Amino acid sequence: MNPPLLTIRDLRKSFGKTEVLKSVDLDVGRGEVVAVIGPSGSGKTTLLRCINFLEAYDGGSIRIDDSEVGYNDARKRRGERALARMRAETGMVFQSFNLFPHLTAAGNIMLGLTKVRRKSRSEARDIAKVWLERVGLGHKADALPSELSGGQQQRVGIARAVAMEPKILLLDEITSALDPELVGEVLEVVRGLAAEGMTMLMVTHEIAFARDASSRLVFMADGAVAAEGPPADLIASAEANPRLNSFLARFRASNF
Amino acid sequence: MGYSLNFSVVWRNFDKLWGGLVLSLELAVVSLAIGVVIGLVLAVVHVSGGRFTRMAIAVYVEAFRNTPLILLVYLVFYGLPQVVDLRYDATTSFVATLSVYAGAYLVEVFRSGLEAIPRGQIDAGRAIGLTPAQRLFHVRLPAMIRITLPALSNTFISLFKDTSVASVIAVPELTWGAQWINLNTFRIVEAYLMATAMYLATGYVMLFSLRLVERRFRVGRNA
Repeated sequence: MNPPLLTIRDLRKSFGKTEVLKSVDLDVGRGEVVAVIGPSGSGKTTLLRCINFLEAYDGGSIRIDDSEVGYNDARKRRGERALARMRAETGMVFQSFNLFPHLTAAGNIMLGLTKVRRKSRSEARDIAKVWLERVGLGHKADALPSELSGGQQQRVGIARAVAMEPKILLLDEITSALDPELVGEVLEVVRGLAAEGMTMLMVTHEIAFARDASSRLVFMADGAVAAEGPPADLIASAEANPRLNSFLARFRASNF
Repeated sequence: MGYSLNFSVVWRNFDKLWGGLVLSLELAVVSLAIGVVIGLVLAVVHVSGGRFTRMAIAVYVEAFRNTPLILLVYLVFYGLPQVVDLRYDATTSFVATLSVYAGAYLVEVFRSGLEAIPRGQIDAGRAIGLTPAQRLFHVRLPAMIRITLPALSNTFISLFKDTSVASVIAVPELTWGAQWINLNTFRIVEAYLMATAMYLATGYVMLFSLRLVERRFRVGRNA
């Protein structure tokens, strides 16, 4: 079997005295779609933010394609330029979209392409057009974020991340800030990317979506991976795991 | 009250006022431009610098914001050449003083603007692999300009009014022009009324056009 794209071992991270990640072990293989679920405060978002080093981690290791994220071999923090280069390899989509408000939809996508990937403006614009088309916003290339709905903004957010051709895409509760009727259009885009073989690690509260779209479910609790497996197996085995069972119970009650 | 208004002497010497108004505007524009550079540089240094630089900048800001401008103008024009070997004319001296004075206000404006940028936008810049300098120029400064534009307009308009202080060192701006007419014709009310009207009218035109600029930029702000 190929070595995994992302390897996380004994990852630890504290904010002050609060230990958010106690010891996380997780592998993500090329082309895999892994969904992380779990109660709030279990460290899911922090885990994602450590993977592209938006947060520095305190202990353990994160490796992407055999190079350590954020630190060199002597475990010293890498320089800002090296960090920027590494971050360009991991795309991230945020809960609150975080589009650059002064740039159009196309401009948001082009910024990384021109400044980081060093593409010409016209080449970057062509790529932006292709991705906007892909997320169903070809006609909104020149719209500012303030002129877009939440669902549209988030689709631009996804296009901005994938246009950089990252090795892995990190999705941080990307539908949590959306009105219910806008969730579907965003999940549709994610489903399309999964079908094309994009490697994804997503934190989500959309349990039904996680079950249907992911190849593996990871249940986090108290800063560690409490259970993982293929979605159907994990859900079937929930009876044996009280914490997972009580977490899923909330969703069973509604629509699960 | 036996005073009857007679504006004819004012009209006869209107070139003094008109020339003064033009110079006042020039003083304000140049001082604002230099002040913006000072303010931007120090604001960026402040938010990324260490304790010592922060303190040094705070001392500059507090010192200039809490001193009457007229005293600074006297000190720079009359005092400084006594201490160091420098020669400059009154206009240069005044522009230097007003620029540094404006800079002190603008550091605070820009600093609070930089700090008001939503954290997530900076994270987004980091996540696509922008270096710190690229984040500054392509994410933080454009966002900051939008946030600070209203405060920037206000600063510009007060700088325009502050240029009247230059009359105390005989820079021939608008207030000095009114003084000249007064001293040479004794038409004190007419001269100062006319100057006041000109300050007012110009101030309103500036306010109106700056608000238009702000509105254009506000479209780019996140709803």
